[in-house]
Amino acid sequence: MARKWQWFHRLGSPPGFYRASGYWLPWLAVAAALLLGVGLVWGLVYAPPDARQGNSFRIIYIHVPVSFLALAGYYVMAAAGAVHLIWRMKLADMVMTAAAPLGAALTFLALWSGAVWGKPTWGTYWVWDARITSMLVLLFLYLGMVALRLGFSNREAAGRACAVLALVGTVNIPIIYKSVDWWYSLHQPATIRLTAAPSMHPDMFKPLLVMIVGFYVFYALVLILNTRAEILARERRTGWVRDLAAGRNQR
Amino acid sequence: METPELPGLAAGFGALLRRDLQLAWRQRGQAVNPLIFFVMVTALVPLAVGPEPALLTRLAPGMVWIMALLGTLLAADALFHEDFVDGALEHLVLSPQPLWLLVLAKVTAHWLVIGLPITLLSPLLGLMLALPDAGFMPLLVGLTLGTLVFSLLGAVGGALTVALGGRSVLLSLLVLPLYVPVLIFGTSAVTQAVAGGGIGGPLALLGAIAALALAVAPFAAAAALRAGIDG
Repeated sequence: MARKWQWFHRLGSPPGFYRASGYWLPWLAVAAALLLGVGLVWGLVYAPPDARQGNSFRIIYIHVPVSFLALAGYYVMAAAGAVHLIWRMKLADMVMTAAAPLGAALTFLALWSGAVWGKPTWGTYWVWDARITSMLVLLFLYLGMVALRLGFSNREAAGRACAVLALVGTVNIPIIYKSVDWWYSLHQPATIRLTAAPSMHPDMFKPLLVMIVGFYVFYALVLILNTRAEILARERRTGWVRDLAAGRNQR
Repeated sequence: METPELPGLAAGFGALLRRDLQLAWRQRGQAVNPLIFFVMVTALVPLAVGPEPALLTRLAPGMVWIMALLGTLLAADALFHEDFVDGALEHLVLSPQPLWLLVLAKVTAHWLVIGLPITLLSPLLGLMLALPDAGFMPLLVGLTLGTLVFSLLGAVGGALTVALGGRSVLLSLLVLPLYVPVLIFGTSAVTQAVAGGGIGGPLALLGAIAALALAVAPFAAAAALRAGIDG
């Protein structure tokens, strides 16, 4: 029994994770570069242009994966927060710290790419559409997380406080999404609609799928890199980090 | 040595509620400030957009709700902070009573002092903003439930930021996104009533949110308080 869980405890300790993730990084980097490279060339060059939107539709190859990850990132953060709150696992707090600004950046990118796409398609950068509004609220939730973390001077307390906030946000996100949907259906503007393509042509969809998987791998890569930086920053006074810095210990 | 018998849950809840109400009564001026803010800012709306009744009627539900939201938010900052400054909060955290119950007592007192008066004042503001007659009932019912949710979520935010500098701005940043559903359902109840539609749906949803907040927020605020108190 004890033997069975040893790998978990080793991986769950900051130095253990730092060492193990060092071996994953090259693989993740190669996979992300390959998937994103193939997806981008396929999507931007070989996929057929849209009948109505022409080439401007191609921004979905960035917009859709980024939007997926913006939302998924909140759940990554909240799950890490729950683990930290329940088991007081230091590594989970570090992952949560790393995930907050990353998620905020992704949400901002999703809004930004949407606005850039909206200008040629809808003729305006911003519309109070249900999905756009929900993303905006999500951005506020992320910014709140980052701001709360910065407000604390006690790191241990900051971790627990952020975990509580992330969990409260998790309970709220479905309610916010539903309420915004409802709000939108009440005030639906008549002029502008999302071009609801019922089904995408497979030639357009396949590169999108590659891009989504690529972005997930990329997200994992960046999250691990940020977590490693956080580990080093917090453990900078420990022996193993000093050994590492002095080059006495490989990886 | 005999250990003194501990008071029960109801006694603990009642004692803290009485204490907070008494404190609020002794600092009446402070408790009234959010109400004055509520009325004054609403009076600014016609000055800013013009006095045409048709326009004000259109804006009234949203404006009254936003002002009520801001009024309770202003007060949420003080919910735990004063007890933190004078050290009473640490005794509450250390006391043998469950912390969520004490949080609930403080939230109840806060709602009685801030949320309820704002709700009772809202018809006056509706009148000033030319809200049609049909809108008053849903405004009152909606604000009764809505200010309760505002107080409960404000307690979570206030607990998280209790020991921090720049507290009140940070607090609004944390809880404003969480207020979105309440604002949507609350205003749409009034708008629908004015348009002649049914109001059962949005008010029922508000009630559901209030029930959920009542069940979850005290625990979240208690956990937040244990973390937040360490600043």
